[in-house]
Amino acid sequence: MNSAERKLEPADEISQYVPDGSEKRALHAVEDVLPLPAKGRSPALIIEGNRWVGPDLRELWAHRELFLFLAWRDVKVRYKQTALGASWAILQPLISMVVFTMLFGRLAKVPSEGQPYAIFSYAGLLPWNFFTTAVTNSSNSLISSTNLITKVYFPRLLVPTAAVGACLVDIAIAALMLFAIMPFYGVGFHASLLMLVPLVMLAALTAAALGIWTSALNVKYRDIRYALPFAIQMLMFLTPVIYPISFLPERWRWLLRLNPLSGIIEGFRNAVFGRPFNWTGLAISALVTLGLLVGAALVFSRMEEEFADVI
Amino acid sequence: MEPIIKVSGLSKRYRVGGGNGYGNLRESIVRTVKAPLRLLNSRSRNNGFDGKAHFWALKDVDFEVQPGEILGLVGSNGAGKSTLLKVLSRITRPTAGRVELHGRVRSLLEVGTGFHPELTGRENVFLNGAILGMRRSETVRKFDEIVAFAEVEKFIDTPVKHYSSGMYVRLAFAVAAHLEPEILLVDEVLAVGDIRFWQKSNDKMRQLNAQGMTIVLVTHNMWLIQTVCTRGMLLKNGKIDTEGRPQLVIDAYRRTAEELREQPTTSGNVDKEGAIESVHLLPTEDWTADGKATPGSPMRLKFTAYIPSEPRVKLYIRITSPDAIPFFTVYSELVNVPSNGRLTCDAKIPRLMLHGGDYLVWVGVCSDRDQEDKLLQTNVPLKVSQTGATNPERGLFWNEAAWEIS
Repeated sequence: MNSAERKLEPADEISQYVPDGSEKRALHAVEDVLPLPAKGRSPALIIEGNRWVGPDLRELWAHRELFLFLAWRDVKVRYKQTALGASWAILQPLISMVVFTMLFGRLAKVPSEGQPYAIFSYAGLLPWNFFTTAVTNSSNSLISSTNLITKVYFPRLLVPTAAVGACLVDIAIAALMLFAIMPFYGVGFHASLLMLVPLVMLAALTAAALGIWTSALNVKYRDIRYALPFAIQMLMFLTPVIYPISFLPERWRWLLRLNPLSGIIEGFRNAVFGRPFNWTGLAISALVTLGLLVGAALVFSRMEEEFADVI
Repeated sequence: MEPIIKVSGLSKRYRVGGGNGYGNLRESIVRTVKAPLRLLNSRSRNNGFDGKAHFWALKDVDFEVQPGEILGLVGSNGAGKSTLLKVLSRITRPTAGRVELHGRVRSLLEVGTGFHPELTGRENVFLNGAILGMRRSETVRKFDEIVAFAEVEKFIDTPVKHYSSGMYVRLAFAVAAHLEPEILLVDEVLAVGDIRFWQKSNDKMRQLNAQGMTIVLVTHNMWLIQTVCTRGMLLKNGKIDTEGRPQLVIDAYRRTAEELREQPTTSGNVDKEGAIESVHLLPTEDWTADGKATPGSPMRLKFTAYIPSEPRVKLYIRITSPDAIPFFTVYSELVNVPSNGRLTCDAKIPRLMLHGGDYLVWVGVCSDRDQEDKLLQTNVPLKVSQTGATNPERGLFWNEAAWEIS
């Protein structure tokens, strides 16, 4: 390109501001400097209104690192801002265990399937506390990420699920505490403890399902913030946390089984006490969770296009 | 060459009234119970505005961007620039129309999106990188470069809440500058930091563009449009008003600003009771006969404000360019508002250090709690008579010197 041609450039008057010739070329002689990295034309990303496609699993997978980063941030920030840090993860279930053992174990004489009530209740509180914290954090996660949602695009589903993921650290710490106190109550270690890992995963999926659903609703209806703590409190009575499933008469137990947490908590206790698992119960829990998860993901993907506008 | 961005018939409608858009759960339940089928029918769902007022932030916008272009979007507030950028970056979905993007898109609508004050600089670089779409391995590879660019090496392991705002912005921008998208969408974020860093950021943007990156830039900064952009686009009420080479668009934008100025505008937090009832620029002896100021002359300004709701306020005078880029602002002492709520002010600026040209004089009232909390504001035009030739190198302000040359 010679200088005579350059004079014809419409935007040439700005050349006085451009420090050196190479940049001037880049600015105005677009066709010369391009083409883009020689991998041909990238496949188009199409944005259209009114097109509902459901959750895009491929895209979620592509953003798996962001999921980990968001979860890691939650953990890091939570422990940086609290004076006791990670000890909260231990203190919470431990204090609940002591109180529950006094109240329900000693005073109310709630049966504990012939096991020490302390371990019985701790084994129930472990998944229950995880579940409630995860659901609560998850349901608030979107509205507390307003700055992200209005300023940058990424699959929104990562926000409530990462909030659940961050709680896995807590339950891991609390589980170590359980292993530490088990010997004091004469509860031995069994291979069945390995089942805790898939059980925690199942609990996490259940929490994620509810978290995904409530976080989306929370964006639009701030009522959720008030309704949820109350609902969780009520749910505790419909979940065998302080009592065993066998506490209920035989003909009502199926109702309790519909609550996916029943199977999970029962599974936790079986794992801790080395008893055989109730596979039917676990299968019901898994199926209900799967159903909830799919439903929640559909509701979420339906609502997410509005998030940036209404949050 | 095939366009890298292709926008056709793009429209975005927002609801107004009820304002915040938070739903009413009860209303929603009733609606759902009454019309269970509506939820399944996306067409009626979109028309389901229930007679509430709405406005089109974008209406039938069509344009194309060629690879390697730097397109500058300008327009007054509410013209739809930011909405357009949000649609292109997939933050919000259009009501109608279609966008085709042929390349990796990254958007930068704010500096430091997702920065967390409790985390250290290092941690934030990784987090922010992930949020903006960088892989961890990529961030690791570029980490030293990012930190060097931001000039925060010494403080990289300090929580960013202890950073000065300049450091914070530099670090945040550095992360963003090291993204390698094919299409970059930027909203005004460059107007931050000190002037040296600003220059550095602009150079970086040119450099990225030289490597083939396409940039769409929203800004109020005409200088940026003129020096960086290859093409401009003026949006007005959600539609494309003018499109073409930067100077053309800048001129059109200046005319728009002029039109807006014709009817004295009241902007800022206008929902509060009160008004600026009158503003008069009083010619002083150095002014020309046709009411123009001259460089270095005094300016006298009289105005009355009615402000019944606040007991104590500050008054201010601000001079800006016609497109509202502020040059300076002077604030009064805190004054008590008399019981009738009416303040009369006679202010004098002893020397106007302005070159010949058009300016706006803004007068306003702000609350005693926060200078940013503008209660009332209005503007009048000010003309300074031309002395000598116009030359961009003379700078923004006029001044004189006493020379002793030997």
